[in-house]
Amino acid sequence: MGVEIKVEHLTKRFGRQTIWEDVSLTLPAGEISVLLGPSGTGKSVFLKTLIGLLKPENGSIIIDGKDITKVREKDLYEVRKLFGVLFQDGALFGSQNIYDNIAFPLREHTRKTEKEIKDIVLDKMEITGLSGSERKLPGEISGGMRKRAGLARALVLDPEILLFDEPDSGLDPVRTAYLNQLIVDLNAQIQATFLIVTHDINTARTVPDNIGLLYRRHLAMFGPREMLLSSNEPVVRQFLNAQREGPIGMAEEKDAGELEAEKGTELGALPPIPIQLPTSSGKARLTQRPPGSWLNEHGVEPPPGSFPGLDLAFGNGASSAHASVSAGNGTGGVRVVPAKKAAARKAPVKRPATGRGDG
Amino acid sequence: MAVSPLAPVRGAGDFFALSLDVLRGLFKRPFQFAEFVQQAWFIASVTIFPTALVSIPFGAVLALQIGNLTKQIGAQSFTGAVAVLGVVREASPIVTALLIAGAGGSAICADLGSRKIREEIDAMEVLGVSPLARLVVPRVLACMLVAVFLNGMVAVVGVMGGYFFNVILQGGTPGAYLASFTALAQLPDLYVGEIKAAIFGLIAALVAAYKGLNAKGGPKGVGDAVNQSVVISFMLLFLTNFIITAIYFQVVPQKGG
Ligand SMILES: Nc1ncnc2c1ncn2[C@@H]1O[C@H](COP(=O)(O)OP(=O)(O)OP(=O)(O)O)[C@@H](O)[C@H]1O
Ligand SMILES: [Mg+2]
Repeated sequence: MGVEIKVEHLTKRFGRQTIWEDVSLTLPAGEISVLLGPSGTGKSVFLKTLIGLLKPENGSIIIDGKDITKVREKDLYEVRKLFGVLFQDGALFGSQNIYDNIAFPLREHTRKTEKEIKDIVLDKMEITGLSGSERKLPGEISGGMRKRAGLARALVLDPEILLFDEPDSGLDPVRTAYLNQLIVDLNAQIQATFLIVTHDINTARTVPDNIGLLYRRHLAMFGPREMLLSSNEPVVRQFLNAQREGPIGMAEEKDAGELEAEKGTELGALPPIPIQLPTSSGKARLTQRPPGSWLNEHGVEPPPGSFPGLDLAFGNGASSAHASVSAGNGTGGVRVVPAKKAAARKAPVKRPATGRGDG
Repeated sequence: MAVSPLAPVRGAGDFFALSLDVLRGLFKRPFQFAEFVQQAWFIASVTIFPTALVSIPFGAVLALQIGNLTKQIGAQSFTGAVAVLGVVREASPIVTALLIAGAGGSAICADLGSRKIREEIDAMEVLGVSPLARLVVPRVLACMLVAVFLNGMVAVVGVMGGYFFNVILQGGTPGAYLASFTALAQLPDLYVGEIKAAIFGLIAALVAAYKGLNAKGGPKGVGDAVNQSVVISFMLLFLTNFIITAIYFQVVPQKGG
């Protein structure tokens, strides 16, 4: 089971340049969270601060009961063993082949024999689809393969927390889809806490349990996926829907004139909320909440057409076309009735209404 | 970004902090023996050939100068002694310094710098491995070892070159050349030369590591780091050379004085 990361009032500056300030959020144990934000807002800096590679000017990061902004260098190396990190370009050791790269953490930190190491490494290489490239050097493989090799290396020590810096940048859409599926399946399997930094709107809308948005040197919003996808907050809405209308301009912020010119334009309806990407076996992840549960608890109506293929009923029952309200659930939860269309699909999206996984 | 007037001071402070950590790391177990051997071999391979090529003409120039000078003042019998003193005390540490900083240090800096910008160093820290213990300490030791070795090599090549010029080209007698060896020179000359070389190796490797580990801004950043590392270590090495020589003359009594 993963561990929770609690970030409180975190501020990071480089000299006089403030990257972000007063960031507070909690990454719930075992859940997948995504961090979004325009280029240069310090998402990579945030990841590096979480692992203690950069020291924040203010605030605390509590992992496993320890404030890692305060611990000594020696203890920091211990805390870091909880982490697996996938860097933006894989960060493989250029002088070692793929096999040795993946075996590196095992050789450094465990007393396993080469035979045991081989079993683990080959297993991780198979999971990430790298079988057969053991003897290649990082310079000899494609960017997508380097990323997957970096992921395999991050996995060998069974991390409790996995951080991904733009796992999908530079990948084609098909590879991105595979990688997203891999992330979801991995989460179901190892149940670690995941944080993904990405620019890919589709990833952000379908993969995570929680979404955060960094903007203008602060955390604009952090919360469950459904909360942000149904939010009308201009920045959140603009970013999550990849629109030009909104406060974000080409150079980070729009000036007053540009905003004034946009005043009259209608923003239009929010696009529908998609179904969260299921695991390839169809079983719910341990921490996965049933679709619509946040909306239902907070009495928020999703945009029309949300959760296609699912027959969801919301608290006031007014929104969904096929609202078939169920009584007797008691918890105010949502009942999921697989519609005929959905049932006919290859991977039926059926989850226990309580959100407890059966895997 | 604004550059604060304190930036150079902070840089020096960071450099000394790194140096202290490395010096402490020299005595920590486990020692990365494989990396040490590999690096020593690597540094030797990039420095030996240029050192040999530099030291032969360097020794020849010294021999020519000394040969002519001693003839002018009628002290031919001391040619050998002066050549040895010149080579062992000054020339070989200087040649060593030039090559260990120019070839060895720049190679270390380029290697660490490119690892830094590829985020390999960060990845290593995240994997719970200290890059100082794993990469920097073995390199520093390897650099010191190779510097000592190079210094010995330059001394031998220089003395042989001096002999060749004096005896064969300038018509001196082998007996006089060899006999004068011991007249002025003494064993501490060689020791101090080797100590100098070890310190040069240490400084060159520390500067290279500091600059390499702080490289930023992509491939150009690595180039800049290597450039600065070579310039800074040259300055430091020549300064150190002067200081050690000055101390040496105060501490060790000189022959025939
Ligand atoms: N070590 C550093 N020293 C000084 N400034 C830095 C350092 N690292 C990052 N910055 C600055 O911090 C800001 C945020 O950088 P960061 O790489 O975190 O952006 P990002 O959100 O990851 O962008 P992208 O989406 O393009 O990867 C940038 O303005 C960058 O110049
Ligand atoms: Mg980034």
